[in-house]
Amino acid sequence: MNPTRQRKSQDAFTAAVNLQSMIDEIPVGVALLDKDRRIMLMNRILEALTGFSRKEAEGVPCYHIVRNRTCIKSCPAMGMGPGSESESFESDIINRDRLRIPVQVHLAPLKDAADHWIGFLETIEDLRPLRDLDAKISHAYRFAHLVGRSPQMKKIFQILPIIAQNDSSVLITGETGTGKDRVAEAIHQASNRSKGPFVKVNCGALPETLLESELFGHQKGAFTGAVENKPGRFRLAHHGTLYLTEIGDLPLPLQVKLLTFLDDQVVYPLGSTKGFQADVRVVAATHRNLEQMVRDGRFREDLLFRLNVVRLHIPALRDRDDDIRLLLDHFLNMLNSRFGKKISGFSKKALEILKTYAYPGNVRELQNIIEYAVNICQEREILPQHLPTYLTEPSVDTPEAASDGGVPTSPTVSGVDTSKLQSEGRTWADVERRMIMDVLVKTGGRRNKAAEILGWGRSTLWRKMKQYGITST
Amino acid sequence: MAHKVLIPLYGDEVAPRFDLAAEVLIAVGDGSSQKRNESIMVLSQPSSEKLCQLILSEGVDTVICNGIEEEHYQYLNWKRIRVFDSVIGPWKSVLERFYQGGLKPGEIFKEDMGS
Repeated sequence: MNPTRQRKSQDAFTAAVNLQSMIDEIPVGVALLDKDRRIMLMNRILEALTGFSRKEAEGVPCYHIVRNRTCIKSCPAMGMGPGSESESFESDIINRDRLRIPVQVHLAPLKDAADHWIGFLETIEDLRPLRDLDAKISHAYRFAHLVGRSPQMKKIFQILPIIAQNDSSVLITGETGTGKDRVAEAIHQASNRSKGPFVKVNCGALPETLLESELFGHQKGAFTGAVENKPGRFRLAHHGTLYLTEIGDLPLPLQVKLLTFLDDQVVYPLGSTKGFQADVRVVAATHRNLEQMVRDGRFREDLLFRLNVVRLHIPALRDRDDDIRLLLDHFLNMLNSRFGKKISGFSKKALEILKTYAYPGNVRELQNIIEYAVNICQEREILPQHLPTYLTEPSVDTPEAASDGGVPTSPTVSGVDTSKLQSEGRTWADVERRMIMDVLVKTGGRRNKAAEILGWGRSTLWRKMKQYGITST
Repeated sequence: MAHKVLIPLYGDEVAPRFDLAAEVLIAVGDGSSQKRNESIMVLSQPSSEKLCQLILSEGVDTVICNGIEEEHYQYLNWKRIRVFDSVIGPWKSVLERFYQGGLKPGEIFKEDMGS
């Protein structure tokens, strides 16, 4: 740099720049490391990406916090010195939520004002949004990962960009397996917050005591075991989106706290009277009937009003006219490509079965069924014998909504004798359990093969077998 | 009570990632230091699946690690193996804390890493 320009840039600020505040505004993960690759500073985005707070990470070697594959195998920083060029590479990390995330890493030597090498600057960019970009095609039947051509879905595709562009809270309703998670993520990616974090919390997954701390953070000493300050998911989602799934499971005391946040945008960590002004958009989702829960006194009416500002209902698959056929072809093409198969389509009989089935598990169930069939099928087209046997049994599964007071749905099902649907309510859990049993019978109890056919990881199958009390041999 | 503990290693520290560990420590013992047996095993290649198989074949009941994917964490839990994950620090300090009964998932041994 020209010495005159250099002097001018040094004179640009009359006071020292707050480095932490500065790097907190950079929309990718940033860490400043010393010469031994220990973390000196890290920004908010990197906290959200790794799941570690800056306090926890301070002084710890970078590879323990970022857990970057390339750095563990052969860290480029090891050979770097003051005269080295910066390096950029793709890799992956595993964060504290046990999620593997593809990333782009940039590593450069850091120098002081006297040009002495003092450490490294590392930036880490989450590649998941970019990997999904190819799905964000402006296509008649798609919006992000959502596929549909029914009037119901076309309406949703038209509304989504508008919803994304304003900053209001959103409430997404719909049965299990309808794609609420995908819609939430699509809203985030289409919004001005897409460069910020997308933080998801399942309100039904944690007990109340842990959930409050998880959401709002806690102060050191707030309770036994609180040995240091914890940021909380609201703080991690600053300048981004916080997605609260299963909002109907949020305990009443926490509903009050959420309502307070929605009103004044301030987060009060557990045990602290000092609030944090959080710039967070809240998107919530539920398969429950919140209006009924309000009547039962299990959900606050004022919170429902507040969340209901923008409400998006994702219809059940059986209410989406021609989408079943579209989705069958869509998943067949996708899975043909994934498994390297050349299945041309469905036989007439198989198609009839698939088009008239009620799909209590909605799109997720349809995808599971096609994945099962593609794995089993060794022929050019999918036949009835390639489908899970529960599809061809006499009793037809009824929608899950009927059994748990879920979101009200249309009483008509295209192509299905609705009188059959009035029999005992089989839930998605029953269906899933039956599917697992069928596959285990087919594979002679070989769980590895069963997991492969179902398209699940082995641990997913084992977890579900445990959940449904299916004994292992 | 005696435990058989496996810790994936990265030098003298708990390995940053379960799936990339090339060597593991297997320790058998209880709180008393006289009755402990520690050995280090080098793996032919890093692999989460092979490591899970080793854990089962060796009869390990406890795994102490840092980063691990959900799939393998759930699998080990399902196999009734206790997993302390996101533990960061020198393996000796970590193991000692475990034997004392005070180890928690997510614990970071900063002082022992010289930071």
